[in-house]
Amino acid sequence: MKMVHMKINGMPVEIEAGQNLLAAAKKVHVNIPVLCYHPDLPAWAACGLCVVKQENSPKLLRACATPVQENLSIITHDAELYQIRKTVIEMIMSTHPNTCLTCARNGVCELQRFAAEFGVREQPFEVRIADLPKDTSTTSIVLDPTKCIKCGRCVQVCQQLQGVYALEFIGRGDNTVMSPAAGLPLNDSPCIKCGQCSAHCPVGAIFEKDETALFVKATGDPNKHVVVQIAPAVRVALGEAFNLPAGTITTGKIYSALRRLGADKVFDTNFSADLTIMEEGTELVRRLTTGEGAIPQITSCCPAWTDYMEKYYPDMIPNFSTAKSPMMMQGAVTKTYYAEKAGVDPARIYSVAIMPCTAKKFEISRDDNMHASGYPDVDLVLTTREFARLIKASGIDFLKLEDEEADSPIGTYSGAGTIFGNTGGVMEAALRTAYHLITNEEMGDVNIEEVRGMEGVRSGEVDIKGTKLRVAVAHGMANVSTLLEEIREARDSGKEPPYHFIEVMACRGGCVAGGGQPYSTTDEVRAQRIAGIYTDDERSVTRCSHQNPEIIQIYDDYLGQPLSDRAHELLHTNYHERKIYKK
Amino acid sequence: MAFRNYILVCGGTACESSKSDDIYNALIAECKAQGVADEVQIVKTGCFGFCEQGPIVKILPEDSFYVQVKPEDVPELIAEHIIKGREVERLLYVKEKKKHAKVEDIEFYQKQFRIVLRNCGFIDPENIEEYIARDGYIALEKVLFEMTPDDVINELRTAGLRGRGGAGFPTWMKWNFTRQASGDLKYIVVNADEGDPGAYMDRSVLEGDPHSVLEAMVIAGRTVGSNQGFIYIRAEYPLAIRRLEIAMKQAREMGLLGKNILGSGFDFDIEIRLGAGAFVCGEETALLASIEGRRGMPVPRPPFPAVKGLWGMPTVINNVETWANIPVIIAKGGTWFNKIGTQDSPGTKVFALTGKIRNSGLVEVPMGITLREIIYDIGGGIAHGKEFKAVQTGGPSGGVITIENLDTPIDFGSLTKLGSMMGSGGMIVMDEDDCIVDVTKFYLNFTVDESCGKCSPCRIGGRSLANLLEKITKGNGELADLDQMLEIGQAMKKASLCALGQTAPNPIISSLHYFRDEYLAHIVDKKCPAGKCKSLISYYILPDKCIGCTACARKCPTGAITGERREVHVIDQAACIKCGVCYETCKFGAIEVR
Repeated sequence: MKMVHMKINGMPVEIEAGQNLLAAAKKVHVNIPVLCYHPDLPAWAACGLCVVKQENSPKLLRACATPVQENLSIITHDAELYQIRKTVIEMIMSTHPNTCLTCARNGVCELQRFAAEFGVREQPFEVRIADLPKDTSTTSIVLDPTKCIKCGRCVQVCQQLQGVYALEFIGRGDNTVMSPAAGLPLNDSPCIKCGQCSAHCPVGAIFEKDETALFVKATGDPNKHVVVQIAPAVRVALGEAFNLPAGTITTGKIYSALRRLGADKVFDTNFSADLTIMEEGTELVRRLTTGEGAIPQITSCCPAWTDYMEKYYPDMIPNFSTAKSPMMMQGAVTKTYYAEKAGVDPARIYSVAIMPCTAKKFEISRDDNMHASGYPDVDLVLTTREFARLIKASGIDFLKLEDEEADSPIGTYSGAGTIFGNTGGVMEAALRTAYHLITNEEMGDVNIEEVRGMEGVRSGEVDIKGTKLRVAVAHGMANVSTLLEEIREARDSGKEPPYHFIEVMACRGGCVAGGGQPYSTTDEVRAQRIAGIYTDDERSVTRCSHQNPEIIQIYDDYLGQPLSDRAHELLHTNYHERKIYKK
Repeated sequence: MAFRNYILVCGGTACESSKSDDIYNALIAECKAQGVADEVQIVKTGCFGFCEQGPIVKILPEDSFYVQVKPEDVPELIAEHIIKGREVERLLYVKEKKKHAKVEDIEFYQKQFRIVLRNCGFIDPENIEEYIARDGYIALEKVLFEMTPDDVINELRTAGLRGRGGAGFPTWMKWNFTRQASGDLKYIVVNADEGDPGAYMDRSVLEGDPHSVLEAMVIAGRTVGSNQGFIYIRAEYPLAIRRLEIAMKQAREMGLLGKNILGSGFDFDIEIRLGAGAFVCGEETALLASIEGRRGMPVPRPPFPAVKGLWGMPTVINNVETWANIPVIIAKGGTWFNKIGTQDSPGTKVFALTGKIRNSGLVEVPMGITLREIIYDIGGGIAHGKEFKAVQTGGPSGGVITIENLDTPIDFGSLTKLGSMMGSGGMIVMDEDDCIVDVTKFYLNFTVDESCGKCSPCRIGGRSLANLLEKITKGNGELADLDQMLEIGQAMKKASLCALGQTAPNPIISSLHYFRDEYLAHIVDKKCPAGKCKSLISYYILPDKCIGCTACARKCPTGAITGERREVHVIDQAACIKCGVCYETCKFGAIEVR
């Protein structure tokens, strides 16, 4: 790695070439304020806060967009820069409503933070707030253009990171808005509801639809039997909302908090992740051995991804695994298998899912198959951010809670179930069971390092006792197109498929960095959450889905075999082409 | 075949809009009708520059310069000038009762020095042979067969040519960066997204001499190792686009563009890209984004386009006027060019001289000439005998220059020192009737309209500044507004992403420096000394001058003026909308603006 030597505020800095001045300043413990820059994205250089001085030059540089250079000497803070930054903050505030108290990001807003740090005590400039309506058209996220500070992060995320192009800069000058093309409602746009825009928005201009009140109402209703499931990724991120380091595993405290919040039963989506593997793994083995169904098989547990595929790659629908997502499987068995076992009328059950994801709010009503039990299989989805607020509002001292266990019969999980939260996790979990299905033996070392990591697309070959499986993993929606083009090309030219099995997750890093997770997600945070998930896997009593005793039990007692008729009815779905633009 | 007479008709956009096309057609018809079609060649040229007096018709070999010609004048021109050999005196340019038959007699042209506009008004821009006849493509031949890329760079270095788009960056350095940069592909780009209010230098070059730009592009391609050029031109310039297309077609046919140019083995071709008229697309990174099909928004530099430009490849991007200089520099040598102009800024500069000037038009002058010479000697001074107030250079990015500084020799450095800038060449003259706050507001409204909206200092600060100026011209200004404008202006200058935002506050900073009193009159006295700001003026009828003719009362659109015939009239101030019709109507000077 080539190193560059430069000075920040007179202090010598040695740093790898290619980094920007923000990183150089960090090396000497100096933070330069930014509102538009986000480490996930290429520098956009819009907000004007990160301006710094170069020695002997009258022009200011934008630290976010300026690469380090040998012998560069930079001043990051002085009286003039302080004044310029304060004026810029005041300018931005002059177009941003003073409604912090009712804002989704109250207390965690990046603009609010700078206003506080710079001691802005009055509004010196003429206030001009755009008179624009909120976009509440989707079931997942809300756009409030009056709060938008035009930093461009959402557009960059939507286009560069996700490749969706639902959001675009519309209009010019001070009429610029971030919106779907032609000012369409988000729900009529290509939006896949992944919520990455909401996770990256520095202010409260894009946020998850808050449905915490519905949870409170349900728990207060004596006729409702409230059953809650928590997704794998929630357990390693929720702690951040309570100042725990990213990656801290808080599963036991979450179970405990849910009971205090009034949940009648606390289950775990990880159980159904195991169930998904039984179905999807069997489906894969069947496709491979019988020649029935398209190869490669592609995972379908990410609702943002399935939405994307239905819109952009409908010709790949035959390649989708028909297995539902773990959340939807959990909902279906909650209102059938559990209801039957516990003797509870499924009509009374209120099924809640705590998810790292905003698209999950959309998934529960995506089509009729989501009512496999005869009722809505999942009634309510709360994101990790909403869940954290609910815990706080309920006066629960989360950090002091005793760890508790999940309820039976659909609460136990294997390590394979928990790693669904990471990129590569579904693949790894499936391979652990596929090995068993193909060889009828157990894998020695179940850690499949080849499919782990953070590269946007990873591919390789897994040898299952002579059966060579070509697999690939993609995460960050924009990365998937190269894989799909490869498959299309092979298919259209009659060649052998380049892969047998592909895992796709819409969000970079997987569900651990979903659009509903606590704010300030960066690659560093992703790495910590991912490590937390693997730790949870290693600590698990069983590491493979087919070893989970409750899984064995549900097949014995209720489902029969994977891909049985009943399994098909409850646990599988189908996909349809959707228009990219509804109108 | 030689002709007895050549009739040159201006075919620039300004003269075409005054029916020069009809004149051209009438000339052809009339020559036929009067039986001299074989003896006279009629040529539609590019802009003569003297737009104030257009449409212009010049007849050679007598060099007779006819102005404000109408299609109806054509039969007389042919009958008198061509057939009888007598000049049509009534159509000659007249100044101070003296008729000026020839171009060299006209003061508008006397101090000009034409390099960029060398062919404008002399040749038919739609005929490549006329360009070639005036030494066109000689420079290209030299570059292809006699010079190495190093020689070309050195020639430009010796010439000292600086970019004419406004920033004045040495052209040889730009070319050299691209030449040295590594890239599978390299591109040559012409920035023809001229957009300053009142500026039309680039349009005139492309309309009048398109080959000069094409030749320069091929030269650059050969020098830096590029085979593809783009001309980014605003769609509002249809005539320039058409002439470029014709010129490209003719150059291809003659082997001057395309594969294996002049048998040298060197390939170079050009495509035109139309812009939708966004001013910000004149900013080079926004322009490149627009060519790539993306929204025209600037990105930070470095990396500069010379190293990482179009589609990430090294790209030479220069403004039209810069390009038009290149063939002459190569043909005549850098040393020749360097002797013209000043040491800081060799060569000439084309200005679009507009506003309250007697001779508006396009002028090309050697650098180092004073503003006084341009405004008074070339421009003929202020129109209608009014007092000079200031001149704005650099368009909406520049500032005002007042009477004390009129003798400053013009170059890149000197104008910046005065708080203005060279810019691309807009030069707008203001007289005593212009309100400086109102003019400044005009510029700010322009930049606010043209801001792309990407960076917050420009997007928000620009609007705040425009609104503060509006407040002042409405009579609601406070003294604190002046400090606030400077505070916002400072942040915009320093923290805006591109030159549009960085220079947008210049008109305010500069006018506040030179005309603070006029701002104070608006704010403290609630008066507009120039009588422009409607909220701050009132119209009154002077009783001793009003004869009661009722003319004003009849024209007043709101019926605010009352009075009996032959009696003094009165304006009802509450009903008056300050449209000024009464002022213009009164023949007795009885209406006063206070």
